[in-house]
Amino acid sequence: MKVLVPVKRVVDAYVKVRVKSDGSGVETNNIKMSMNPFDEIAVEQAVRLREAGTATEVVAVTIGPQQAQEQLRTALAMGVDRAMHIEADAGVEPLAVAKILSAVCDQESPDLVLLGKQAIDDDSNQTGQMLAALRGWPQGTSISKLEPGDGTVTVTREVDGGLESLELPMPAIATVDLRLNEPRYPKLPNIMKAKKKPIEQSTTADLGVDITPRLKQVKVEEPPARAGGVKVSSVDELIDKLRNEAKVIQ
Amino acid sequence: MDFESTTEQNMIVDSVRRFVEEECYPHENEVERRGEVPAEVAEAIRAKSIEHGFYAANMPEELGGGGLDALTMTMVERELGRTSFALQMLVHRPSNILRACNDEQAERYLYPAIRGERIDCLAMTEPGAGSDLRGMATRAEADGDDWVINGTKHFISHADVADFTILFAATGEEEVQGRGKRKKITVFLVDHDTPGMQVRAGYNSVSHHGYHNSILEFDNCRVPATQVLGEVHRGFDLAGTWLSASRLTVGATCIGRARRAHEMAVEWAASRKQFGQSIGRFQGIGFKLADMATEIEAAEMLCLRAAWLHDQDRMTDSDAAKAKLYASEMLARVTDECIQIFGGMGLMDELPLERFWRDARIERIWDGTSEIQRHIISRDLLRPYGG
Repeated sequence: MKVLVPVKRVVDAYVKVRVKSDGSGVETNNIKMSMNPFDEIAVEQAVRLREAGTATEVVAVTIGPQQAQEQLRTALAMGVDRAMHIEADAGVEPLAVAKILSAVCDQESPDLVLLGKQAIDDDSNQTGQMLAALRGWPQGTSISKLEPGDGTVTVTREVDGGLESLELPMPAIATVDLRLNEPRYPKLPNIMKAKKKPIEQSTTADLGVDITPRLKQVKVEEPPARAGGVKVSSVDELIDKLRNEAKVIQ
Repeated sequence: MDFESTTEQNMIVDSVRRFVEEECYPHENEVERRGEVPAEVAEAIRAKSIEHGFYAANMPEELGGGGLDALTMTMVERELGRTSFALQMLVHRPSNILRACNDEQAERYLYPAIRGERIDCLAMTEPGAGSDLRGMATRAEADGDDWVINGTKHFISHADVADFTILFAATGEEEVQGRGKRKKITVFLVDHDTPGMQVRAGYNSVSHHGYHNSILEFDNCRVPATQVLGEVHRGFDLAGTWLSASRLTVGATCIGRARRAHEMAVEWAASRKQFGQSIGRFQGIGFKLADMATEIEAAEMLCLRAAWLHDQDRMTDSDAAKAKLYASEMLARVTDECIQIFGGMGLMDELPLERFWRDARIERIWDGTSEIQRHIISRDLLRPYGG
């Protein structure tokens, strides 16, 4: 089984982000960048499949600026076999990403594409689903368990009210959730080895994908400060507030 | 000039940080309370650090070590410095001076130390010889092909868990022009099961609970000439060649601990409300945070630059002294002010701040006191003028 793992360079999960004063985005100057944590879980799962002998090859791919190669080095240090960098300016939209990944699938013919369920920067949660649609491949989103079968993978999804199991014939797409595994931290010798591995480079033009933006970002602002709660004196008052103020029930 | 750390350095730092947070932080309170690291915890941390290649990361790759240069090692030490000394020292970095081993000694000491099979400790300090190391009374006398060692060493770090000691002993005197007599020093490798050598428990220290110092007694301890490290009488040259970077280790660990204390203080100042606003909004607190952040970065720059110079074979004693001096004094100020920001709670053992504050005290003393560092720096300034 060949596994493709797309990874994204994002602001580190532990950084307290600040919105730029002109509202054009968040401050990224002198800010620690890391691999999207959900993608890290996907890499870990692919590497575990590789170590178990189920996967024969694991390929990591990133779309982004030159610096995104840092995240590929992390993936290499964690144990992926090969890494591909598709150079693009920051801000490639989910549909464009899905199209690029589809073009990569044409080249690489993976049996399984493992993605993070979403990237923690824009939280779109779209790429995996769009890629599945473009390929016409079955998908399992937000999975917490993955078991390889014979020409299939069985995935468990955490849904409201329980767990849902899906058997996906391969090639298939799976997007991973937090509880799937706990990613390893790379060993020093593997970090050194990752330094020497080549990274295959191409551009979106090489793949023939048009990444012209279709979305317009109007404004980025901080979420409103949390207001204090109120006490209600009766259930009736609560229902009234839910219906007329919060408008969450009819 | 380029201040950018490399991708590998960033990855190593991230990896060591996770190791420290996941493997060491959870045991800090117990180590502090018990005054020792439980054996199973020590074994687990050692095993994991060997598995991850952090153990002996300072040693060259061709010898089986991690192959990190001094600059990267300083970043690693900084991350290790975030946790208790008793825990971080389990990620052992064998003394660089072992690289002076000849081939036969390397098989018995250097390689087993790198593999984690044997642990070294370094013995210089004596009750009567602290800053004035040459005043040491421990002596080794030639007797046929052997050396017979007599004397006492104290404050010897982790000698209780070590398998052998890298011992500095006087082996004679020489006349130095215009300055009278001074002792000639030789370095010996002494196995802890050598008859005539005894390792006794040392003193209880206010700093670094769980990390033990020992007293070493040598009573007609006889070692063959094959135990001499390097050349006879050239012990201080060896120290100069191989131990100069150890001051950067102290500096780096100070920065790690200061960062951790400072992060706690920032979070607290932003969330703690008094008089209707977060205390960080009061200039008295906010400016403290700003000053500390500035000092921590300044200390880091000094240490990283000295380490970089070391990698270029251009570091002077003064460079290392400045880094160690400033970082250790910075840590004292930072831990003190962080406690001030937390108020009474900062002194309680519910939080790690009180121990950071206690632990900080030794950093201005060991590996050369602040006064010795200032002496080194001022001597460097005045000598060209004949002063």
